[in-house]
Amino acid sequence: MSEDIAIGVENLGKKYIIGHQKPERYTTLRDAIANKLKSLGHQPLRQRLNNDAPGREDFWALKDVSFEIRQGQRVGIIGRNGAGKSTLLKILSRITEPTTGRVSIKGRVASLLEVGTGFHPELTGRENIYLNGAILGMSKVEIKRKFDEIVAFAEIDKFLDTPVKRYSSGMYVRLAFAVAAHLEPEILIVDEVLAVGDYQFQKKCLGKMEDVAKSGRTVLFVSHNMQAVSQLTERCVILAGGRTHFDGPTDKAIMTYLVAQKESFDQPAYYQAPPNKSGNHVTWARVHTSEPQGLHCWGNPIIFEFALNITEPQEGVCFSFQVVNAHQQAVTYQWLFDSEKPFGHQAGKVILRCIIPKFRIYMGTYKLITWLSGRGRIITESLSDICFFEVTMQSIVRNEFDWHPDACLYIEDANWEIYHP
Amino acid sequence: MAQLEKSGSIIFMLDRSQKELVIEAGRSESQYWKDLWRYRELFYFLAWRDILVRYKQTVIGIAWALIRPFLTMVVFTVVFSLLAKLPSEGNAPYPIMVFAALLPWQFFSNALSECSNSLISNANLISKVYFPRLIVPASAVIVSFVDFLVSGMILLALMAWYNFVPSWRILTLPAFTLIAFALSMGAGLWLAALNVKYRDFRYVVPFILQFGLYISPVGFSSTIVPEKWRWVYSLNPMVGVIDGFRWAIIGGQTKISWSGFTISVGLVALLLLGGIWYFRKTERTFADVI
Repeated sequence: MSEDIAIGVENLGKKYIIGHQKPERYTTLRDAIANKLKSLGHQPLRQRLNNDAPGREDFWALKDVSFEIRQGQRVGIIGRNGAGKSTLLKILSRITEPTTGRVSIKGRVASLLEVGTGFHPELTGRENIYLNGAILGMSKVEIKRKFDEIVAFAEIDKFLDTPVKRYSSGMYVRLAFAVAAHLEPEILIVDEVLAVGDYQFQKKCLGKMEDVAKSGRTVLFVSHNMQAVSQLTERCVILAGGRTHFDGPTDKAIMTYLVAQKESFDQPAYYQAPPNKSGNHVTWARVHTSEPQGLHCWGNPIIFEFALNITEPQEGVCFSFQVVNAHQQAVTYQWLFDSEKPFGHQAGKVILRCIIPKFRIYMGTYKLITWLSGRGRIITESLSDICFFEVTMQSIVRNEFDWHPDACLYIEDANWEIYHP
Repeated sequence: MAQLEKSGSIIFMLDRSQKELVIEAGRSESQYWKDLWRYRELFYFLAWRDILVRYKQTVIGIAWALIRPFLTMVVFTVVFSLLAKLPSEGNAPYPIMVFAALLPWQFFSNALSECSNSLISNANLISKVYFPRLIVPASAVIVSFVDFLVSGMILLALMAWYNFVPSWRILTLPAFTLIAFALSMGAGLWLAALNVKYRDFRYVVPFILQFGLYISPVGFSSTIVPEKWRWVYSLNPMVGVIDGFRWAIIGGQTKISWSGFTISVGLVALLLLGGIWYFRKTERTFADVI
C-alpha cells in the first residue's frame, strides 16, 4: 500500500443470515440446542453443510467493495436506504467484522455513527461530556482541555450541572454534537448525524464539519443530504445493493445518484394519453429537463412540449399549464391563445413547445396541470398531476449558503448595489 | 498521540511512522490486549458512570450498600443460629461468621447479575462504537467491588462491637478477594457473552444466585458438611472462597479443607480462562446479534 493512502478497502463483503418469519433478533437456547441435536443426528453431512434450516437466507449487505482513500481526501458515501452504507461504516469503525476482504487503515480513527452514544440520562451535562468523550476515544486530558470550547459550542453553560434527562431535546442534541465535533482524529467517519437539531444548529454543525474537512483530515461522510455532501466532499462513492455503483467526483456522483433515484418513477416528466381518448386532447406531454430522467438544474433552459390532437377544429382555442409544487401550490402559469398563434383551427396533430430560457423555480419536486379549452372558455380537457420532474440547485453550489427546501418558491435575478452615504 | 497538536504536518509525520491497522475476517487482532490498555480510561469512565448512577435519585444513597448486607446478616443470624441452632466456627460470634461469608457472597452475586446484563444494557454502545468489549463486563464487576469495599466497613464495625481481634491471617484476605474477583469475572464473562445471543440466561442468572445462596455456606459453616462429602461440596467454587474468607477473618481454630480449597481454586481458574476464551471468541459477532 502506498504511503499516502489512509483507507484501503479491498473486496469487502459482509454477509448476514436472515431468518424469515422470525422477527426476534436473538435466538433462544432451546432453538440452538434443538438445531444442534438435529444436525448431530441422522442427517447426512451434506445437508448439514448446506446449513440450513428452511427460512434462512444469506444476505450480502456488502459485496466486493473496493476503493482507496488518500490522506486528507474528503469522500462521501451515498446510496439509498439498505445500500450498505451503514454496514460499510460499521466495518471501517471496527464495530463488526467483514465476512470477506480486507481493510487497512492508517491513522487514528474516530467514528460518529450517532450523536450522543452512551449519554446517560441521569448524569449531568458535565459528567456526560466526560463520559461521551471517553467513549468516542478522547483522553481525559484532552477533554479537560476542550471542555470550555465544548460547552460554549453547545450553548448549555447554565445547565451544566442539570441531569440531561431534564434537557430539551434540542439542548441534548447540541451537547451531543458539541462533544463529537471536538474530536481531533486523523480520520473522521461520520454517518448522517447532521440530520438533527433545528435548521440553525444544522448549519453550525455543517460549518464545523467543514472546518474539520479543511484542516487536512481524511473525512468519510455518509448522508442523504446532497447539499451537505456536495459542500463537504470532493469525491463520492455510490453504493447500490451492497456494491460500488459509482466512484468519482462529487458533482457527477450526485447527479448520477439523483438520476438513478428517479428511475423508480416510471417515465418521469412524461405523459401519454390513453388510446381511447376522443375530442380535442393532449396525446402526450413531455418536460425536457436539463438532465436525463426528469432532473433539472436550476437556471438552465427548460422546454415543455405538448402534442395536441385536434379533432374538433375551432376558433378561440386556448392551452395553458401550471407548474405545481409538492404543496399543491401553482408556482407558474403559462398560456397560449389560438388568437396569438393559431394552433386549433386545423384538425390533426400539433405540437406546442413552451421554452423558458432560464427556469428559476426553486428546488423541489414539481408536476403539471394542463388546461385545454375551446370556444367560450369551455374547458375541453384538464389533466392534473402529470409529468413529474425535479429541480435541483446542484449546478450552483454556494459554499456560504446551503440550499434548504422550502426556503422560497422562486429565485429572481437581481443586482445588489451598495452605497456609503 | 492525543497530546499532539492539530497541525497538519505533524499528523502527516505521525501517520508515516504509524503501523497500519488491518481489518479482516476472522482476524483476532494481536493488538487486543494493547487496545485494552489504550482504552483503560473508558474502563474507568464506565465504572465511574455506573457508580454515579447507582444511587442517583435515592434518598439515603450509598447507605443502601450498608443496609442490605446488614439486614441479611441479621436475618441469617436469627434463622440459622437462634432458631436452627447451628454451630459457629471457632469462638467467633455468629454474626461475624455469617458476615465473613456474606461479604464475598454478595460481591459475587451482585457482580454476576450486573456482569451478565452488562453487554445488553450497553447495547447502544456496542452497536455504535468500537472498543474492546471486555471493558464492559469488567467495569460491571468493578462497580460491585466498590460495594464490597463499602460493606466491608460493617465487618469492621461488627469486630469492634464484639471486641473481636483478628489474627495475622487477615493479611491474606486480599488473596481470597482476588479469587472471589476471578470467580465473578469468569462466571460473569460466560454469562454476559451467552446472554447476548441467548436471552434465556436472563432468567438463568437469578435462579443460579437464589440457588447458590442455599448451597453455599453463607448462613452456616461448611464444617457441618460431613468430611467425606467435603470435596464434592467444593465443586461449588464459592465454597472455597467463603472458607478462605472465614479462615482469614475468624482465625483461631478455624479449619479449612485445603484439598477442597484447591479444587475450588482450580475451578475458578478454569472458569476464568474459559470465560475469557469464550468471550473473545464470540465478541466479534456481538454487534451483529445484540
